[in-house]
Amino acid sequence: MSDARRTALGLLAAFAVAVAAAPLLPRWALFLVAVALGRGLVALGLLLLIRTGLVSFGQGLFFAVGAYAAGTAGSRLHVGDAVALVLLGAVAAAAVAGVLGLLLARYRTIFFAMLSLAFSMIAYGLLVESPALGSTDGFNVHPATVAGVPFAGRAEAYAPYLLALAVAAAAALALDRFQRTHLGRLAPAVRENELRVEYMGASVRNVVHLNLVIAAALAGAGGAVTALAVGHIDPEMAYWTTSGEFVFVTIVAGTSSVAAPFAGAILLELLRSYAVQHAPNTWQLVMGATMLGIILALPGGLWSIFTRRRGARP
Amino acid sequence: MSAILETEGLVKRFGAVAAADGISVRVEEGTVVGLIGGNGAGKTTFLNLVTGHLAPTSGTVRFEGRDITGLPSRRITRLGICRSFQIPQVFASLTARENLLVGLGIVAMGRGAFVGSGLGGEPPEEVADRVLDRFHLAAHRDRPAGVLPEGVRKLLDVAMALSVKPRILLLDEPTSGVSADEKFALMDLVLGAIREERVTVLFVEHDMELVRTCTERVLAFHEGRVIADGPPAAVLEAPEVRRLVVGEPGLREGAC
Amino acid sequence: MSTLAAVLADGMIYAAWLFLIAAGLTMIYGVMRILNMAHGSLYTLGAYTAASLVGAWLRGGHPPLGSFLVLGAAALLVGLVVGPIVERGLLRFTYGRDEVVLVLVTYALFLILEDLVKLVWGVESYYVTEPYGLLGTVDLGPLTYPIYSGLVVLAAIAVGLALRWGIERTRAGKLLVAVIHDREVSAALGIDVSRVFLVTFTVGTTLAALGGALTAPTVAVVPGMGVEVIVLAFAVVVIGGLGSVPGAALGAVLVGLVRSAAVHLLPQLELFSIYLVMALVLAVRPRGLFVAAEARKI
Repeated sequence: MSDARRTALGLLAAFAVAVAAAPLLPRWALFLVAVALGRGLVALGLLLLIRTGLVSFGQGLFFAVGAYAAGTAGSRLHVGDAVALVLLGAVAAAAVAGVLGLLLARYRTIFFAMLSLAFSMIAYGLLVESPALGSTDGFNVHPATVAGVPFAGRAEAYAPYLLALAVAAAAALALDRFQRTHLGRLAPAVRENELRVEYMGASVRNVVHLNLVIAAALAGAGGAVTALAVGHIDPEMAYWTTSGEFVFVTIVAGTSSVAAPFAGAILLELLRSYAVQHAPNTWQLVMGATMLGIILALPGGLWSIFTRRRGARP
Repeated sequence: MSAILETEGLVKRFGAVAAADGISVRVEEGTVVGLIGGNGAGKTTFLNLVTGHLAPTSGTVRFEGRDITGLPSRRITRLGICRSFQIPQVFASLTARENLLVGLGIVAMGRGAFVGSGLGGEPPEEVADRVLDRFHLAAHRDRPAGVLPEGVRKLLDVAMALSVKPRILLLDEPTSGVSADEKFALMDLVLGAIREERVTVLFVEHDMELVRTCTERVLAFHEGRVIADGPPAAVLEAPEVRRLVVGEPGLREGAC
Repeated sequence: MSTLAAVLADGMIYAAWLFLIAAGLTMIYGVMRILNMAHGSLYTLGAYTAASLVGAWLRGGHPPLGSFLVLGAAALLVGLVVGPIVERGLLRFTYGRDEVVLVLVTYALFLILEDLVKLVWGVESYYVTEPYGLLGTVDLGPLTYPIYSGLVVLAAIAVGLALRWGIERTRAGKLLVAVIHDREVSAALGIDVSRVFLVTFTVGTTLAALGGALTAPTVAVVPGMGVEVIVLAFAVVVIGGLGSVPGAALGAVLVGLVRSAAVHLLPQLELFSIYLVMALVLAVRPRGLFVAAEARKI
């Protein structure tokens, strides 16, 4: 069985199990998974960037753009369909990245990290200063519908959960496929040796730009999913600490599988909901220590434990 | 025979230093040309100017009669001029096969394919395996390039440049870092592969014995200029070349 | 006219504060190639330590004027204790790794320090406004400024001059320049690079803490006060060119003036004017104002 097929079957199996498990899960768990998958989508985009050799400390920008686009379209334009809203969030974030990428694609390493952070802080400042978008308080998102069925009553808990699952599975599958195309294979090549990529005939800047746009689209979809699941959005989504958390999830989960960011995000949300109740003042400390341990002991992230045991990768 | 590559008065200055100081060369299609000269003589600068890594201060580069001066190296590569590097430029964490697939994938994309081969092309995966076989790299197929020995990486670097079927291949010291007794075997391999494809080759080399046996024509560089140009025997015997370039060959032998 | 004066005065005060924080950050990067995301937390530590020590000093009935010295002592204390602990206990295990990995390491450190501050000092606010009130105000034409702000400006100038003197005129400074220039060659020449790193990080930490300590009397000292400071400092050093102390000074002045112009003229731009400047500078000078791009040899 090829790697591609194994990943696809694994994702579909996980999706089927998660759907089947829905009636067994308590309400809080449905909510938690939906929110986690929304954030996992952002981490999935970061995974692509990291495979390209870039770490963005500003993915919160695209997360926020997706959320605000979906939220605004829902309440102002009365777009009700959740899938349409998620697509809209992805497209809006991709469009922003298309423009910012003209500049960002020229930068690498910490300059890329800092410039992406600067852009996200500009967005934060803009959102805070926009009374029409609720300034610091943000605004409540209009409840959406899935295939005409409103997010209400019994469906209220299930709909965001199923929506998040479907979007996450589709995105992971699509990204995995993309990475096996000729174009997708250029991402690790750019990370390893830009000079040689140019000398093999491809434009490094275009590759970086494209991957930025894809990562932003994923973050935008994640923002829209989160907005619909939580029912509220605020400028905090663009703040640099939010972006830092996305980096945290991606690094901790590791970058060797497209499923890793989602597993990492769910784990983080579980830990967070536990910590908020029992140890609100040591939560970041635990996060930081975990991250340090992983960076120092497991350079490939948590997911590398699995791949190493299986020995699938040389 | 027509000139496939032609440079006219190529000059490259870095501040007060002229790394290339008026290089005018015509290379006929299908020839194997050796570039010799001491360190800093301008050989690598010449390759960098031809391939667009450096923009010349003045002068022109023509490929098949077309002015390609100042084009970015990716454009020049796509036109059919490829190069290997003095320090092997491989993708360290990718396997040897994946290294080849990068360039072959770019070629396939040029044919409009995002996976597979595209119209009228061979599947990149098959080409990669064939190139690995031909360069005796099959044993290293699935090993990351970063862990391969220097000589093998060197070979992979050359294989990458050759795999995309260039019209001109520029090799920058293909045998440096390769042990003395493996040098000839390596060049036989490279030139054998090249002959099948009828590629024009320019290669920088310090081993004069190798230059004598493998080339049809030699360009001797000194201080950014070509001081001798002709058949290997004539160039290597020229007094100026003996004095400025070849020096004491015994000393140079092990140096690279 | 008075607006212009206000923009200039506020801008310089803000610039002085920015420089105090950014100088340590850029120095640490220049020498150690670490972009320290925990720098803002060191600033917070300085502020809390100063608040506690000044509080104790005044409660102990000591002369109030001495509290200015206590502010400096607090910074020094944080620098000498926390600096070596972090450098010897954590950072030295990460040397030689990718710069981006080091950013992640210091981000983890930031998370840890943020909570450590809460564990030590709790989550309520601290106030030590005495040193601020002690000096009174001065009238500059129609504008009234606290003399304390002048003190911060003087401190920034003193730090700038001291760094310049230290780097250009002392033996330690020459070793530092050698290490910045080429770490491997310096080590081969017998320079104790790990010692240079230790000293650099300690000095950098002290400067961050000094920034925090001098800020403590002017604000409520609360958890998370360093979270925004770190991105401001990043903007300043990136504008000036990472690793360049003069660059940090120029970046601080630029950012200070732009922000204060925004506050006076276009208040809604204040929050992001700084990052806008940073993005604009980087668009024109990809490595900042004081660092030249380098070519790669193949």
